[in-house]
Amino acid sequence: MFNITKFIVSDLIKNWILVLYSVFLLLATLGFFLLEGQGDKAILGVLNLTLLLVPMITVIFSTIYYYNMYEFMVLLLAQPLKRSRILASIFLGLGIAFGLAVGLGLGLPLWILHPTPVALMLVGVALLLTVIFIGLALLVAVWVRDKARGMGFALFLWVYFVLIFDGLVLLMMYNFSDYPIGKVVLFITFLNPVDLGRIMVLMQTEAAALMGYSGAIFRQFFSEWWGLIASLLIMLVWALVPAAISFRMFRVKDL
Amino acid sequence: MIKIDHLYKKFGRNQVLLDICLEFRENQAIALIGPNGSGKSTLIKIILGMVLPQEGQVYFEGRPIAGQSLYRQHIGYMPQMSRFPANMTVSQLFHMMKKLRKDEKSRDMDLYRAFEIDQMGSKRLEILSGGMKQKVSAALAFLFDPKVLILDEPTAGLDPIANEILKEKLQKSLGTGRLILISSHILNDLDDITSHVCYLMEGEVKFFKPLEQLKAETAENRLNRIIAQILKHTDTHV
Repeated sequence: MFNITKFIVSDLIKNWILVLYSVFLLLATLGFFLLEGQGDKAILGVLNLTLLLVPMITVIFSTIYYYNMYEFMVLLLAQPLKRSRILASIFLGLGIAFGLAVGLGLGLPLWILHPTPVALMLVGVALLLTVIFIGLALLVAVWVRDKARGMGFALFLWVYFVLIFDGLVLLMMYNFSDYPIGKVVLFITFLNPVDLGRIMVLMQTEAAALMGYSGAIFRQFFSEWWGLIASLLIMLVWALVPAAISFRMFRVKDL
Repeated sequence: MIKIDHLYKKFGRNQVLLDICLEFRENQAIALIGPNGSGKSTLIKIILGMVLPQEGQVYFEGRPIAGQSLYRQHIGYMPQMSRFPANMTVSQLFHMMKKLRKDEKSRDMDLYRAFEIDQMGSKRLEILSGGMKQKVSAALAFLFDPKVLILDEPTAGLDPIANEILKEKLQKSLGTGRLILISSHILNDLDDITSHVCYLMEGEVKFFKPLEQLKAETAENRLNRIIAQILKHTDTHV
């Protein structure tokens, strides 16, 4: 398996989109720290950028990559290799390549400029989101045979998790504002890895104090160690379940 | 060697293969021919385990292939179309393949040498022309000295010289206990290398006969004339 993974990683790190992505993250992170000075404000800027950019690039690129690798997968399938091994290699290869890009673009400058628990959490969330959205991309790509439709689905997933979901939650909060919905909102947050990631980082900063009643419940939950572990576990579920479903589908798929 | 037992395959509502029963033995070179959409590629992909049939079973040396992957070490496959990861070089590709199957010691480098693949070793796979990619996949198909060779439209993109090299190599491989399965539209290319003809039409086997028998039946010598004869015949009788 690691042979194919190595092959894919060395193919991906020469991909100019991936290089550009890493360089952009690096420059943006440096930029935020130059403009905002040290501290939480810069971290918040980097956080917002990360939550927008990381899912988008990851999901779109991974989907395209799967479709472009189709003929190569056929060639690999003609070898005495198990199907699950081929998909696992692609998953792992994308994960390592994107992990490196995030590590270089985000991890490195934060480690130098702002080595705090918040920064560590931010990089951790970025890595988790990377894995999650690679899994979602593979799910879409394995499920949908047509490239254009697969791309559409992948884009929709991004818009859903970054925009539509928040809109729906706001709508709900607005309509039910007379009820004690703090706990409910907490559970709804678990349904969106992007929001969950945002809160996991926000709760480590001073900005958490500015949030209202729901914020208090969130703060209580996320600043306890078991709350953090629970949210990490939920992120892991988000990372594993779509990938697991895509593996199941790939096993019986006609290629 | 390969036995196909009552195979059915549907894509959606589209019946692609309908009750296919065939048996391929060693020392046969089978030309798998038929019009577009007759199910040739699907049949090949089922033998390779890439497409799963709804009903029926394929046996490789007596064992069903369902869920198996190891039997494929005996098969060399040259796909109709090849595309490789963009940023990799030819030599990296061969290196990876050899590493993937490092337990298999027997190598057949004839085509690798004949197509001068070493000389394009440092080239990125993306910039190779269609014909060069075909050369690479042909060399890959023969690389591990397989008992069964499956070639899907092998001659479509190759230049005449490469075509001759491939045909010579196929002729040499025949008669050494191997099974060769070729699907092609270009019947002229198949003349000297086939021993049997399998004609598929609308997902059914129209006939599967030795070439000699077909020659005797139709009193024709060239494969394309034979097929034309037979098709004319069936047309007038049906």
